[in-house]
Amino acid sequence: MAIEPQNLQSSSMTTKPERLWPYLVIGIVLGIVFTRAEVVSWFRIQEMFRFQAFHMYGIIGSAVAVGAIGIQVIKRMGLRSMTHHPLELPTESFKAPGSQYWLGGIAFGLGWGLLGACPGPIYVLFGNGVTVMAAAFASALAGVWTYGALRHRLPHS
Amino acid sequence: MMSFLTQPWPWYVAGPAIGLTVPLVYLYAGRKWGISSTFRDVCAATIPSGLDYFDYSWRHLGGWRLTMAAGLMIGGFVAALTGPGDVAISEATRADLGGLGINDFSGVVPSELFSWSALATVPGFVLIVVGGFLVGFGTRYANGCTSGHAISGLSALRVTSLVAVIGFFIGGLVSTHLLLPMLLGGGM
Repeated sequence: MAIEPQNLQSSSMTTKPERLWPYLVIGIVLGIVFTRAEVVSWFRIQEMFRFQAFHMYGIIGSAVAVGAIGIQVIKRMGLRSMTHHPLELPTESFKAPGSQYWLGGIAFGLGWGLLGACPGPIYVLFGNGVTVMAAAFASALAGVWTYGALRHRLPHS
Repeated sequence: MMSFLTQPWPWYVAGPAIGLTVPLVYLYAGRKWGISSTFRDVCAATIPSGLDYFDYSWRHLGGWRLTMAAGLMIGGFVAALTGPGDVAISEATRADLGGLGINDFSGVVPSELFSWSALATVPGFVLIVVGGFLVGFGTRYANGCTSGHAISGLSALRVTSLVAVIGFFIGGLVSTHLLLPMLLGGGM
């Protein structure tokens, strides 16, 4: 099955179809990494928020370093995507971040500290056999729906 | 080699593997890596609402990340089949959690709090249902989660992502050091 992104500006080059199986492979690899490095563990998140081990900071820090190097290489070498779709690289000029990043970030953090799982690990934990994560998932959907319903009344800037 | 199968993987293996996802996903089809938007996709696909926030083509915009989410579940299932038992957290964390009445470190999450039967208790309900709600609400309000902001966003040196990540930590510290002790008290 192939999908064509619609929100991307059409490139001068013709695009090739984007397949889904590479994303399945990436998901499987990440699911294994998240489990084996214990990123999905509520205990590890507690350890992180108590500053009692380097583990999670090492993971986030080295992930950002590798990601940043990757993006710089892509930018400086002017690399294109294999399917010739334009890259969704942020091009924002500097402006002070709006209140949505503070308020939304703090709300997310409160939930992260309680649940001990962010969105990726919710999926991975369900696969691990922690089936009660289905309830956390349903509740997260309710949270997303609530945001969708209230967002015109919430401060964003 | 066997220890790689049975021992927890160190940060310097996991972190670079996770970080590499960002350029790989860009180089395949230009996508900005992030996971929490799948929650919005599922809402758009399943809950008829008439809300403009969910009025978009989730198949076209979200098909790739929903497929990745399916992979995350499969990967979690595969890894759990062969995984080690106790989580290798520090003694200090064990002692702190023991003070909160958490003594079972045999699984990936505390079994006393994360089970279907625990859902009916106040601590279990708050951790799973209230925690899940805040994760969902917050990630859409902030327009990203740990993957989209902390990894993708910081990798692209975005100031908005830095603010969001600072917010994540403010919230997490409040939950860990204020809410959890109130909720769990001296024991359950």
